[in-house]
Amino acid sequence: MGMEFSLGIVLALVAAAFVGVKVAGMTYFFGVVVPYIAIFTFLGGFIYRILGWARSPVPFRITTTAGQQMSFPWIKQNKLDNPTTTLQTIGRMALEVLTFRSLFRNTKLELREGPKLGYRWEIWLWLAALAFHYSFLVIFVRHLRFFLEPVPGLIHGLDRADGFLQLGLPGIYLTDLVFVAAVTYLFIRRVVIPQLKYISLPADYFPLFVLLGMGITGILMRYFIKVDLTKVKELALSIVAFQPKVPEGIGVIFYIHLLLVCTLFAYFPFSKLMHLGGVFLSPTRNLPNDNRIKRHINPWDYPVKTHTYAEYEDHFREKMIEAGLPVDKE
Amino acid sequence: MAAIPKAKDLVIDYTLPKTPWWDTPAVFRPGNFAYPGKAKNVEAVGMPNPREWSPLDEDWKLPSNWKEIIFDGMRERLDKFRSLKIFMDICVRCGACADKCHFYIGSGDPKNMPVLRAELLRSVYRKDFTLAGKIMGKMAGARELTEDVVKEWFMYFFQCTECRRCSVFCPYGIDTAEITIIGRELLNLLGLNIDWIMGPVANCYHNGNHLGIQPHAFKDMIEFFVDEIEAVNGVRVEPTFNRKGAEILFITPSGDVFADPGTYTLMGYLMLFHEIGLDYTWSTYASEGGNFGFFTSHEMMKRLNSKMYAEAKRLGVKWILGGECGHMWRVINQYMDTMTGPADFLEEPVSPITGTKFENARSTKMVHIVEFTADLIKNGKLKLDPSRNDHLRVTYHDSCNTSRGMGFFEEPRYVIKSVCNNFFEMPAGTTREQTFCCGSGSGLNTDEIMELRMRGGLPRANAVKWTQEKFDTNMLACICAIDRAVLPPLMNYWVPGVGVTGVHELVGNALVMEGETERTTDLRGEPLAGMEEAENEDL
Repeated sequence: MGMEFSLGIVLALVAAAFVGVKVAGMTYFFGVVVPYIAIFTFLGGFIYRILGWARSPVPFRITTTAGQQMSFPWIKQNKLDNPTTTLQTIGRMALEVLTFRSLFRNTKLELREGPKLGYRWEIWLWLAALAFHYSFLVIFVRHLRFFLEPVPGLIHGLDRADGFLQLGLPGIYLTDLVFVAAVTYLFIRRVVIPQLKYISLPADYFPLFVLLGMGITGILMRYFIKVDLTKVKELALSIVAFQPKVPEGIGVIFYIHLLLVCTLFAYFPFSKLMHLGGVFLSPTRNLPNDNRIKRHINPWDYPVKTHTYAEYEDHFREKMIEAGLPVDKE
Repeated sequence: MAAIPKAKDLVIDYTLPKTPWWDTPAVFRPGNFAYPGKAKNVEAVGMPNPREWSPLDEDWKLPSNWKEIIFDGMRERLDKFRSLKIFMDICVRCGACADKCHFYIGSGDPKNMPVLRAELLRSVYRKDFTLAGKIMGKMAGARELTEDVVKEWFMYFFQCTECRRCSVFCPYGIDTAEITIIGRELLNLLGLNIDWIMGPVANCYHNGNHLGIQPHAFKDMIEFFVDEIEAVNGVRVEPTFNRKGAEILFITPSGDVFADPGTYTLMGYLMLFHEIGLDYTWSTYASEGGNFGFFTSHEMMKRLNSKMYAEAKRLGVKWILGGECGHMWRVINQYMDTMTGPADFLEEPVSPITGTKFENARSTKMVHIVEFTADLIKNGKLKLDPSRNDHLRVTYHDSCNTSRGMGFFEEPRYVIKSVCNNFFEMPAGTTREQTFCCGSGSGLNTDEIMELRMRGGLPRANAVKWTQEKFDTNMLACICAIDRAVLPPLMNYWVPGVGVTGVHELVGNALVMEGETERTTDLRGEPLAGMEEAENEDL
């Protein structure tokens, strides 16, 4: 049900852009108003969420230690999986954020007769996740050429590298293929693996459909239903300059693509996509395991009622004396 | 107590229910829940809503404003714990955690997948604390807080042992233990807890230890082991109690004073301390290393933990040495200094025997006994005869808390290899940071949920079985008192023929003491390898 609901919304968005532009001619609304709303919702929402998290303190250092602790010089510490210094912790975080190191460890359980359990290294989720995130990043950076004039050499270079497969004209972007393939894989595994389907919510399908829609409309636009890219760039530059002007004659496919992109941006801060920000703040990963070395302060620490030794001795004094145990008060 | 099926008949079924999880209520039947906390135990520590109740009853006798209590409790904890906020918000339900949980592996119940365990709380959080959930309701994965939801929390937050295995694999480090800890804290606001936790908490608070052993009895029990040691090797050790001016205060879980096989580990400690002439004292007031308060609320954890530093201060010791225990060391490593420090009345720990400075404990001033012993061995201060453990073929279980809450892997292995000739590792993926829980941690070591415990312990037991088939192992070593209590029934169930030992029992076996008589048996009175004849003659 969640899947159908999410798909329905995405299809409705596509239809809205199509009808809105093609029938009602609302190019200004879809080309200018929606993008502005999306950008400001994204920026405002993202900052709001980060500040919301930052407002809550980290009372205890609950680092997940995934390697040997620092103890003696003759025992080798695992500095990346059990860091004790800031630098080591940055190293751990960098590997986590840039290479999804924890996910790389993923295993798959096998239950055989006996019962006998086995664990296999399961690399596909990690691979698909990495492929998706990096191709998305490259595509995002590539798109900056629409917003910058002159286009920096770096973006040109990236463009060339990505499009090195010169099959026909225009050259095919490798990342387009990888992006669609990875998102499709992430969707299929969610539907095919029964456990995963069982835990999935509409909020898990929705972003996948939006991303897939973005990818498909983008590819259509580049290779099949071409739009006038100079006009698209004109619109993009006018938006960046806060002097929005919609050129005539950009194909409707562009507006569909744009609406899906805007949807993703506006939806971002209110969804699980915020893991982009959250991963940096996760207390099990971003703190060194140095609690016994350095005192960590809990800002809301408060005194609690305890059972003192004096109370204890008062209660047991006679028995203690009889047993020959020393007491403070005879 | 409900009868449980034999190991070969235990069915593990991963078939999912036909209904979605939010429409599948928790059903309580004898054997699938731990007995609720008795009113007197809840009252003894002044926790909320003491009463007699049963999960089998329709009415759980919640306070009339229970909903308000939960919402206020959630709000307060969201403001206090960034961890909770982040973990509520950023899960993408990738499913990497699902088959990492020993309870899911052994039970097949989808709500034991860490992701769903957290969703039980997240769904309520979304409904009342997020914009998307308020507007979109069910479509945003939000659901109403009802009594059924609370009952479901009670079932599944007490089917998690806070072992943190899932958090190793989570790409965002979401820690189900943290969610369970806070989930249980919320339940405790309504007086929903289990007696296997509340009993020890009340005991520990008033009597100094979980088992409620009173001071004179504590001394008696330790002295009993003094006699036992003398019977084994003729050496009379002389422990002291509550002694002011001792250099070191020794604190270990009370389980080791009370029941086999932990008692043999305790004998190992006594022998070691005697042999090196350590100036140390036991305390009857701080006679508990473990902390079942940790399984109720952060506040209760602090109330129990504060005894350690208070007693160290009163006795005027230089530093504290801690025994073999799992969650005790998570508390010491990740909470104690923050909660009850600074321990500025203590000195930075230095081994009086080797002069080694324990740099990694310079603020907490508490050293792990295995660190201490590893250093003694490394510096050649112990005379060891590993052949005295030749009748044992040993494998080692990394305890969850010392593994994923500390990173304590090489020290115990170094000690074991120094005192044993036959040591064999379990298969990769089941040890070190990926170790499997005993299935009974975090206060779930009670007999009325034996089937659940055997299911949860399956992955651990299965890895031991592998070593038994491959290397003919007959002994499972560990450094956790709960392990020592719960692994024996687990082994009897899944891997008959494998015993359980603490690391310091192995040390005690191998330790050559000054003035000892000829050793023919280990600490359990079992003949040493090659001594079977001699033992028979004695008989």
